Amino acid sequence: MELPRYHRMRRALYRLEGTSCPSCSRRFFPPRAVCPACRKGGLEPFPFSGRGTLYSYTRITQAPRGFASVAPYAVGMVRLEEGPLVSAPLADTDGIDLSIGMPVEMVTRRIHEASENGPIVYGYKFRPRLRPPRQ
Amino acid sequence: MRTARPAGIVGYGAYVPRPRVRASSIAAAWGREAAHLPVREKSVPGLDEDAVTMAIEAARGAVARSGVAPDRIRAVWVGSESKPYAVKPSGTIVAEAIGATPWVSAADLEFACKAGSEAMQAALAFVGSGMADYALGIGMDAAQSKPGDALELTAAAGGAAFLFGPAEEALAVVEATASYVTDTPDFFRRQHLHYPEHGHRFTGEPSYFAHSRAASRGLLEGLGRRPADYRWAVFHQPNPKFMRRVAADLGFTEEQIAAGAVVDRIGNTYSGASLLGLAAVLDTAREGDRIFFCSYGSGAGSDSFSFVATPRLAAARAAAPSVDDYLENRRAIGDYGEYLRLSRKIRML
Amino acid sequence: MRDVGIIGIGQTAVAEHWDRSIEDLAVEAITEARRDAGTDRADALFVGNMLSGELAGQENLATAIADAAALLPIEALKIEAACASGGAALRAAWLAVASGAHDYALVVGVEKMTDHLTDGVTAALATAADADYEAGFGISFVALTALLMRRYMHDHAARREDFAAFSINSHRNAALNPRALYRQPITVADFIASPVVADPINVLDSAGICDGAAALLICPAAEAGRARRTPVRIAASACATDTLGLAERADPLVWQAVAGSARLAYDRAKVGPKDIDLFEVHDAFSIVSVLTLEACGFADRGSALRLAAEGRIALEGDIPICTLGGLKGRGHPVGASGVYQIVEVVQQLRGEAGPAQVKGARVGMAQSVGGSGSVSVTHILRA
Repeated sequence: MELPRYHRMRRALYRLEGTSCPSCSRRFFPPRAVCPACRKGGLEPFPFSGRGTLYSYTRITQAPRGFASVAPYAVGMVRLEEGPLVSAPLADTDGIDLSIGMPVEMVTRRIHEASENGPIVYGYKFRPRLRPPRQ
Repeated sequence: MRTARPAGIVGYGAYVPRPRVRASSIAAAWGREAAHLPVREKSVPGLDEDAVTMAIEAARGAVARSGVAPDRIRAVWVGSESKPYAVKPSGTIVAEAIGATPWVSAADLEFACKAGSEAMQAALAFVGSGMADYALGIGMDAAQSKPGDALELTAAAGGAAFLFGPAEEALAVVEATASYVTDTPDFFRRQHLHYPEHGHRFTGEPSYFAHSRAASRGLLEGLGRRPADYRWAVFHQPNPKFMRRVAADLGFTEEQIAAGAVVDRIGNTYSGASLLGLAAVLDTAREGDRIFFCSYGSGAGSDSFSFVATPRLAAARAAAPSVDDYLENRRAIGDYGEYLRLSRKIRML
Repeated sequence: MRDVGIIGIGQTAVAEHWDRSIEDLAVEAITEARRDAGTDRADALFVGNMLSGELAGQENLATAIADAAALLPIEALKIEAACASGGAALRAAWLAVASGAHDYALVVGVEKMTDHLTDGVTAALATAADADYEAGFGISFVALTALLMRRYMHDHAARREDFAAFSINSHRNAALNPRALYRQPITVADFIASPVVADPINVLDSAGICDGAAALLICPAAEAGRARRTPVRIAASACATDTLGLAERADPLVWQAVAGSARLAYDRAKVGPKDIDLFEVHDAFSIVSVLTLEACGFADRGSALRLAAEGRIALEGDIPICTLGGLKGRGHPVGASGVYQIVEVVQQLRGEAGPAQVKGARVGMAQSVGGSGSVSVTHILRA
């Protein structure tokens, strides 16, 4: 059980909270402590909207340990509206023809459970955007 | 029961997962006749979904429609009979996910299928007493049913979230609410067991009907109203038949209940069922429409509410998907085997 | 800094070594390298390995190997840089010898992967990625590479079968290498029919799970002349890094660590891509070969597939790659691969590559890549 690990990541996992640099306003996800452009710290929390478009995608048939029960499953890279590119699992993709550029949105889902008596890790995934798109 | 300070629903959000299994597939697996099935299909959670993930999405819809900053929400209460943890609050996960932590009250409520309306009533009281400006009540279930049991034909997944706040910001103002409870053991699940047991015909007249009628009549009499005063009515909907019969017993028409009859399309979402119906009504109600609401939970009891839609309702709708958006976002499950996998009913020996 | 030469090479067959431990494999390669060099001198041991902690439950691996090889009490350190561990171990040894800290340094790259089931190995390999934001989400290493390949196909209107030429080349060359694991030739039809791992990547796009060890003995060039074998000089050793998370790069299809380590190596060796007679590419997946050839200046962006289609990567082409099978054909015992590459470049520069010999090879390049292009070590060797 890696309880503290997921606990300290909860804002990023549950609601896609990254950071932004007060000097150059670059936004980062995953959250960074030091801005690679300014090489300065003091980055502030930044809530991403969760909206974006699909940059690439794949369907994993050979799952790593701990993920076999949900295989096969799709993962992708998503270009967020606010700029960053994020790697993430994709949700609700069964029967959908994924395509590069399709609009997606963040949802919070079960990511992983090590065992039946262990903790459930919740985190972000992206799904094809529902109609109508959210404001 | 009325609040000390006028209050109402300032935001609402729904959720129904995408997979759907045909009732005929379930019937076929157990050698049941395909004729007279209560519903055509029911919603099933995806492998990565549970009551918490579904509650999070509904809560996000409610917050989006309200325009309220999440850190102003003082309570997140989740009513469910399918909590992913037996011990550990679901409410904390939902509160964290919507950004309501840390100055917030959070807890899970359990009262079979009326846990969701319990959460609504508590949230309303929190706001109506003046203790808080905003409080969230959620009813959400990934409903459990024993393989082969009649309940398996209808036990579905989904629910809705309602953010309560001051009446002047409300999309629908609460006129009054009532609760009617007796100890009636018509349906229960013992600790450590996966599936609930139910009392067959005992779940009907002495349970669902008696409590729904009493809570409804109590509220109507208290307000001096008749069913005809309402444009819409929503009841707990374990199946299409019960919902229609109780509506008819009370004098409500098919036209009044049609908009909230979500059970017809996805089955019984337990704690989420009446709330999902209310969300569907809010998706169509117009300014000034009166909405009657009555839940039912085994054990047993009913919570009734009387709402009036405000001019703010129409403008708030677009901020989140409608119940219909979720109902139409569907994927048919191939067969009963896939349904068992998604419902986590397969045990490896 | 002193010039450094390689005076001994050794390697086990790349295989599924069911009856041999990680130490057994390392000792065999070390023994062969010392025999090849004709000297017992060794002042330090640098072990390239990625997964001994995950798969063998053994850290402190360098001590374990030094002990097993009867090298105590010399300095022994494990160098880990994911799949680039082998190249990184040679670089650490080169730094030690070039700086004058040591004279004779042994390098061994070793990996023992077959003690675990596939899902365990897949999870272990995923530790090269971002543990929190990639592996923790079930995004396997293959999946990350598949995301790159899909995007590349989209941007450059490439088809899956266009990548077959890389695997075919590696298998054809592996057939000429008695130590290689996958020695059967394959066709485009085999490639297309191969089972999918994470689409569009199939089994024949991917280097397989296996065991192996390769070793080197290096010393100052001034002393190398006294060795039994004609020394091969290390003309350049360079390392560069990029973001751990694949998505955090300005353009995931431009491999900056790979480009950076190649650029540093070219500068130090005073050569350019045109001077390279053969290139041991880190072809863990065919898309990796493509992105590498583009990043290292052998092809313009979007045009590396043409190099393969035109046969220019073959032994008789103008830029032969994976001349003894590469990771795909020889097999990819991850932490050992970088050292196998060096062993093979030395074979080529000595003129001992047999039927796989690149004629007139004088300058050879080898490049290890770790993670999804997040760390890269490039070496240029001269005859």
